[in-house]
Amino acid sequence: MRSEEKEPRLAASAGVSPTDHASPLTPHTSRSSNHRTLHVRVWRGTETGHYDDFDVPRLESQTVLDVVTHIQRKLDPTLSYRYACRVGMCGSCAMTVNGKARWTCRTHVSVVAEGDRLEIGPLHNLPVVKDLVTDMAPFFDKWAAAKGRFKGTATRHDGFARVPPQSPQRKLVDESIECIGCGVCYSSCDVVTWRPDYLGPAALTRAWTLVNDVRDVGQRERLAAVAGDAGCHACHTHTSCTERCPKGLSPTAGIAGLKRAVLAAALKGEL
Amino acid sequence: MTQIRGAEGVPSSLIPHPSALAVRTQVLLWGAQRASAAVLGLCVLVHLVTIIYAVRGGLTATEILARTSGSFAWAAFYAVFVAAVAVHAPIGLRNILAETFGWRGRALDVFVLLVGIVLAVWGWRAVYAVVGA
Amino acid sequence: MRSWARDAVRNDFRARNHPAYWAFVVHRASGVALTLFLPLHFWALAQSLQGEARLESFLRWTDQPLVKLSEIGLVLLLAAHMAGGLRLLAIEFLPWRNRQKTLLAAAAAATFAFGLALLLNLT
Repeated sequence: MRSEEKEPRLAASAGVSPTDHASPLTPHTSRSSNHRTLHVRVWRGTETGHYDDFDVPRLESQTVLDVVTHIQRKLDPTLSYRYACRVGMCGSCAMTVNGKARWTCRTHVSVVAEGDRLEIGPLHNLPVVKDLVTDMAPFFDKWAAAKGRFKGTATRHDGFARVPPQSPQRKLVDESIECIGCGVCYSSCDVVTWRPDYLGPAALTRAWTLVNDVRDVGQRERLAAVAGDAGCHACHTHTSCTERCPKGLSPTAGIAGLKRAVLAAALKGEL
Repeated sequence: MTQIRGAEGVPSSLIPHPSALAVRTQVLLWGAQRASAAVLGLCVLVHLVTIIYAVRGGLTATEILARTSGSFAWAAFYAVFVAAVAVHAPIGLRNILAETFGWRGRALDVFVLLVGIVLAVWGWRAVYAVVGA
Repeated sequence: MRSWARDAVRNDFRARNHPAYWAFVVHRASGVALTLFLPLHFWALAQSLQGEARLESFLRWTDQPLVKLSEIGLVLLLAAHMAGGLRLLAIEFLPWRNRQKTLLAAAAAATFAFGLALLLNLT
């Protein structure tokens, strides 16, 4: 196991400025990095294609997104990629970096580069639109298929629902509510590769937060939607999703909860 | 990149296989595999300890049959053991064949059901052989 | 500049190289091996239907070093599948406490303990 496995995960709490995280992630960059060159292989094409090689100057506190941006602005303007916020909030810049799915905006080159080498490709398990851009439609279609939308009964004339923050169900919601839908877990999941109809860790995590939402009234349909061979019971607990989640969430834990809840419903004949 | 969509806007990749088992059956199969796993956890523990005990001084037919012959307790234990295996293994095999070879639908379900029946019958025959000897 | 054309959308060993994935590989491979072995095991025990001598002659055939080695391997696979399976049951049915690594270590330890006990008792 290399040192990159020890990379600290981004804190899930809001309000932490990016620079707070930048310092522990950038060891020994000031001495020599300005003289060094990064050799970057970048995926070009769609489902089939090839890697193009680029040489990019190495800089202090450089992120993988900085590298991709440098290539597009200075070396090859035809390169396509996607990003928006640059600070780990929007979830649009996820790519495969040296074989692992990551947010490129919050990944420092010094943490992932193998020597001076980087390999950057599109996310796995999704159709490739062009180069580093994937079509996220199948990913979000599965959120809809997992009944990932809140269904309540209150109107504007009702008061606020009172949900005690310390109640067990509210605490379970807390554990997965921070998901921003970046697709890193979905891309890392082998079951998605093997069963293209599998809903995947993100959609199931969303369903799990709603299963624990005491205000929601669509539970029966939701449990039926996430049941069986294309749902939570296909999960083999590889924990690749939990291993790679940039927010440090555990989709595996939520999926295990769904497995139990759905089995209980099936035994009671409520499915 | 446009996907072919069904009547309700559901992408074709999310429409279940035409001869897929009912969802409730799929869930109960999963439950059966976990329940049989719990039973097997105990059975295998006993089996491993027995193996380690039995191999001391070498394995002989006389020794094995002396232990099992006419024993109701061993007969009951191995009968349950075989039953749990006959439930557990085919369901695992069903996942593997679907995921590795893309085999889905009725034919797969019938095949693993047959595997389960063969395992049960052969297993109980073996139990009868060592207990009835 | 250009390298060969290839398929972009596949996870490789770099994505899979973490302990829980290796546990899955061991669990799946041992499960397949044990399922294939079972009919053979049942057939061997059923030899006693034709008398104790028949079973005894089969057991003497298994004294060959290569067969003995495979038997040790199978016992290890059985122990590994059991320990790994108990780990999965714990993850799926007990409250989640971010202790997967501990469970993995326990499963591996149990497998080696059974293997060692077997080797010490073999003569």
